[in-house]
Amino acid sequence: MPNSGPISDEEVEILINDVLEQHGYDFTGYSRASLKRRIARLYSLDKHVSFAEFRYKTINDDVYFKHFVEGVTVNVTEMFRDPGFYRLLREKILPSLNTYPFIRIWLAGCSTGEEAYSIAIILKELNLLHKSLIYATDINPTVLEKAGTGMFPLSQMKNYSENYIASGGTKDFSSYYSASYSLAKFDTALKAKMIFSTHNLVSDRSFNEFQLILCRNVLIYFDRPLQFQVMQLFDQSLENLGYLALGTKETIDFSPISKSYKRVGTDKVWRKVSA
Amino acid sequence: MSKQRALIIGGSAGSLDVLLKVLPALDINLDFAIIIVIHRKQGTDSLLTDLLAHRTKLKVKEADEKEKILDGNVYIAPSDYHLLIEKDFTFSLDYSEKINYSRPSIDVTFQSAADAYGEGLVCLLLSGSNADGVNGLIATKKGGGITLVQNPNSAQVTYMPEQAILRADVSAILDIEAMANYINSLSKNN
Repeated sequence: MPNSGPISDEEVEILINDVLEQHGYDFTGYSRASLKRRIARLYSLDKHVSFAEFRYKTINDDVYFKHFVEGVTVNVTEMFRDPGFYRLLREKILPSLNTYPFIRIWLAGCSTGEEAYSIAIILKELNLLHKSLIYATDINPTVLEKAGTGMFPLSQMKNYSENYIASGGTKDFSSYYSASYSLAKFDTALKAKMIFSTHNLVSDRSFNEFQLILCRNVLIYFDRPLQFQVMQLFDQSLENLGYLALGTKETIDFSPISKSYKRVGTDKVWRKVSA
Repeated sequence: MSKQRALIIGGSAGSLDVLLKVLPALDINLDFAIIIVIHRKQGTDSLLTDLLAHRTKLKVKEADEKEKILDGNVYIAPSDYHLLIEKDFTFSLDYSEKINYSRPSIDVTFQSAADAYGEGLVCLLLSGSNADGVNGLIATKKGGGITLVQNPNSAQVTYMPEQAILRADVSAILDIEAMANYINSLSKNN
């Protein structure tokens, strides 16, 4: 088989096997084309001299392995990405959770935390934040450390502010952060309602029941069997009448859980209609 | 068993006009899939799919993740995701960093397709203002596929095809008028 990059298909499989055996991280259900590209990218960025050296470091160097996980998983995210989705959260979904005495939200695959802060801002404006808790989880401990700081590049704030306004926000977006050199530090009252924790969607189990689960642009990296497995995990973790929100290009159609879910409008949000 | 084949067309500024001229002249019984990766603004997906669907009798649709790629269909890469081809000839989407300031990146699709299709791959690079796609053409050629480039003289923006000719081993340089014929002749149904 031809190879467009520095890493062959066989080498990808060797690494996947090493990482499972040595570190317990299971990438076997990841879509290969994308995973291969991430591994090849890491190999080039880190200027490895040979596959053998790359493999040795990945197996034996725990610090390097953390970097490996961060490099092969995709951590591109932004605040209020897809403003239309956040408008739906603001106008329909979160207000409908007001009847609960306590609102539990699971943000699965939270990466560096931009979505968690976006949701917290909307909850605050709807006067729901005081009785909400956002469980923000990711496979990758390094990004959770960043998320916990509540600091994002100041250079992104213009873009995020535009997204915020497009999603129906009416406040002055800059009132939520203070500038500190090149970073924007977000109001600590937002973070007070977040719990950051590692959770591996592939191997970890359900840990609570939620009224809203968000997992956007994570399932695209998984093959079909793993997608279905994770959807069942979400189903087990969602209360009846709770909501499941996926990314713009993701769907629960054709999955085993689809029968007990009803689509909300035209967005990628489904409501659980029977237990 | 015959090998799977695909034609992938990449382009940026000035490439939409080329597609609008080429698509109406394509045969409706092509025995390979056509995949189109065009740089454009976010959120204009259905607009582009509709626009192109009106120009051909071939089925035109946006590529869905995990969708099986079928011969005779025209697939459009959605905006703001990279589009990759898996070994089982299904699509994957990827929201990783932009490549060459672009998402979708033409290089990403060409390179993953070179791995999947090998000699069965034909890549055509059109008008555009950056060099996205050139590395993908190099990978295509390395995998035994065919590399095609729009003649820069006929391109609204010449940089992309010029870079391709300069840096990649190009199988043929095509004028817009010659493209449909060339593509139709690739089909064994003709």
